[in-house]
Amino acid sequence: MTEQAIAAAAAAPLSRRSLRRAERIGSKIFVAALQASCWLFLLIVGGLVAELIWGARLSLRTFGIGFLWSSQWNPVTEQFGALPFIYGTVVTSVISLVLAAIVGILAAIYLAEFAPRRVGAYLGLLIELLAAVPSIVYGLWGLFVLAPIVANWIGPVLQDTLGFLPVFQGTIYGVNTLTAALILTLMIVPTITAITRDLITAIPMRMREAALALGATPWETAFKVVLPSVTRGIIGACLLAFGRALGETIATTMVIGNRPVISASLFAPGYTIASVIANEFTEATSDLYLSALIELGLILLVVSLIVIGMGRLMVRLFVR
Amino acid sequence: MSGFSIAQRRKLNSQLWIAICGVFAAAVAVILLLIMGYIIREGISAISVPFLTHLPRPTGIAGGGVANGIVGTLIIVGIGALMAFPAGVLVGTYLAVYSHKRVAQSLSFVADVLAGVPSIAIGIYAYALLVEPFRHFSALSASFAFAVLMIPLVIRTTEGAIALVPRELREAATALGAPESKVVLKILVVAARAGIVTGLLLSLARVTGETAPLLFTAFGSQYWELSPAQPMAELSLQIFTYAISPYADWHTQAWGGALLLIVAVFVLSVLARLSVLFGREGRHGGTA
Repeated sequence: MTEQAIAAAAAAPLSRRSLRRAERIGSKIFVAALQASCWLFLLIVGGLVAELIWGARLSLRTFGIGFLWSSQWNPVTEQFGALPFIYGTVVTSVISLVLAAIVGILAAIYLAEFAPRRVGAYLGLLIELLAAVPSIVYGLWGLFVLAPIVANWIGPVLQDTLGFLPVFQGTIYGVNTLTAALILTLMIVPTITAITRDLITAIPMRMREAALALGATPWETAFKVVLPSVTRGIIGACLLAFGRALGETIATTMVIGNRPVISASLFAPGYTIASVIANEFTEATSDLYLSALIELGLILLVVSLIVIGMGRLMVRLFVR
Repeated sequence: MSGFSIAQRRKLNSQLWIAICGVFAAAVAVILLLIMGYIIREGISAISVPFLTHLPRPTGIAGGGVANGIVGTLIIVGIGALMAFPAGVLVGTYLAVYSHKRVAQSLSFVADVLAGVPSIAIGIYAYALLVEPFRHFSALSASFAFAVLMIPLVIRTTEGAIALVPRELREAATALGAPESKVVLKILVVAARAGIVTGLLLSLARVTGETAPLLFTAFGSQYWELSPAQPMAELSLQIFTYAISPYADWHTQAWGGALLLIVAVFVLSVLARLSVLFGREGRHGGTA
């Protein structure tokens, strides 16, 4: 009995010391695990870029830089060029960005500055919830509801009033560049509205009070004092929305008509980078064909990395 | 116009612009609500017991359901979440704990940018990594694509949630002699758990209904396929195939599928918001 007690007493400080050492080792393992996960994350990101470059190597070698401005897309003769897809992507994204920026920013000003508090909160929540609706749902609605509306109402009205412009001439298809741009607008408006609203609500109340005290009207306060102080954040929000429009795939694929031609008319079918990948990737019969599609994916990736990177930098200066 | 003084004109101008802004806000809300209403109306008429429990019928034959697609979606999203959650929470924790380091700040920016990368590009990545080497499509490759889509969201929300934990809590624990690992795991992560859960739910909502990367990873299937190593049916893929098909019956089923997706995404989003609320109550409950 006593021998055991003595032994236990002698062991006690030792075990406490070893416990502390175990803790220290445990801490080290823990920090190492955190760092390892960061490396894994970097590996995943690096792998994304590397795999796309590697997959596109055949096409990069065959067509070189000319891939960007060749408008040939002929799987039979294996002539591939990206221009029709770049054109379609840029046209749909730019139109949708312009429309969505006007609507989204004005709506956000109302929600943040002028709406009764309850209304603003509920509408804001609603718009944020709708931002989460999957793109396949918008695509489905666009194909069966919006496309007929464009063909029978919006298209003819535009042609009657602005038909002298080349962009509104020609046969009106239901699935066309304009429909794609409109569906993209609906999808990115919530993004712009939500971010802009957050930016505006973050502006201190005393700035508004100062402006109002100087005799500015509520609108002058919002438009000439509050809005200019978040301009960079709003540009950032627009870039993020633009990035989303550039890379949006399924909804666009369902309503743009999928024809690789460059047409001045918005009423003619078009094609985007993301859509051609979605449609033809599993049908690519030769290595060069597949490689050309992957190179299109690489172009899309690089462009959106730049656009979104810039957008994030600008929004980040405000929202933290 | 001459009848108004400058002050009156400015006042009118102000009211006019406020009204225009209000009209735009209302228009956005109304249009989006109309879209949702339309889908709910079309979708409800499509949903029935066979729709939820049967396999798809062969092309052009009426009837059948999307049961395999529903199960496939759960499997693909589930495996994706298993890959993304641990990695994302660990990285997010690192970024919050070492937020003073420049490495952490750049990594956080990388996560932000990755969150906006087009999903179709991530689909190509999953294809090159997990489909091409094995020469066949698989649900696992789709899960990987989803994991890449989810990780940046999980990272950023975890980072944000931990950064919100009061500094004093961390200092107190450290002052009591708790080792770094315990401070992080038992104090910071526990205090931030509501925010972390919100992030997990939001990332689930983000990938549910994501279609583009599945076209050449999961690929779709007509059968009951439960093995992640094989091509698998998925709900949004079925909606896509049905929508662009010429059959009226399939169009109806596409609306039904869309309704299921919307309900799932809304439930996840609302749960995410509730989780934030509960977290807030828990934190202030003691003092208030």
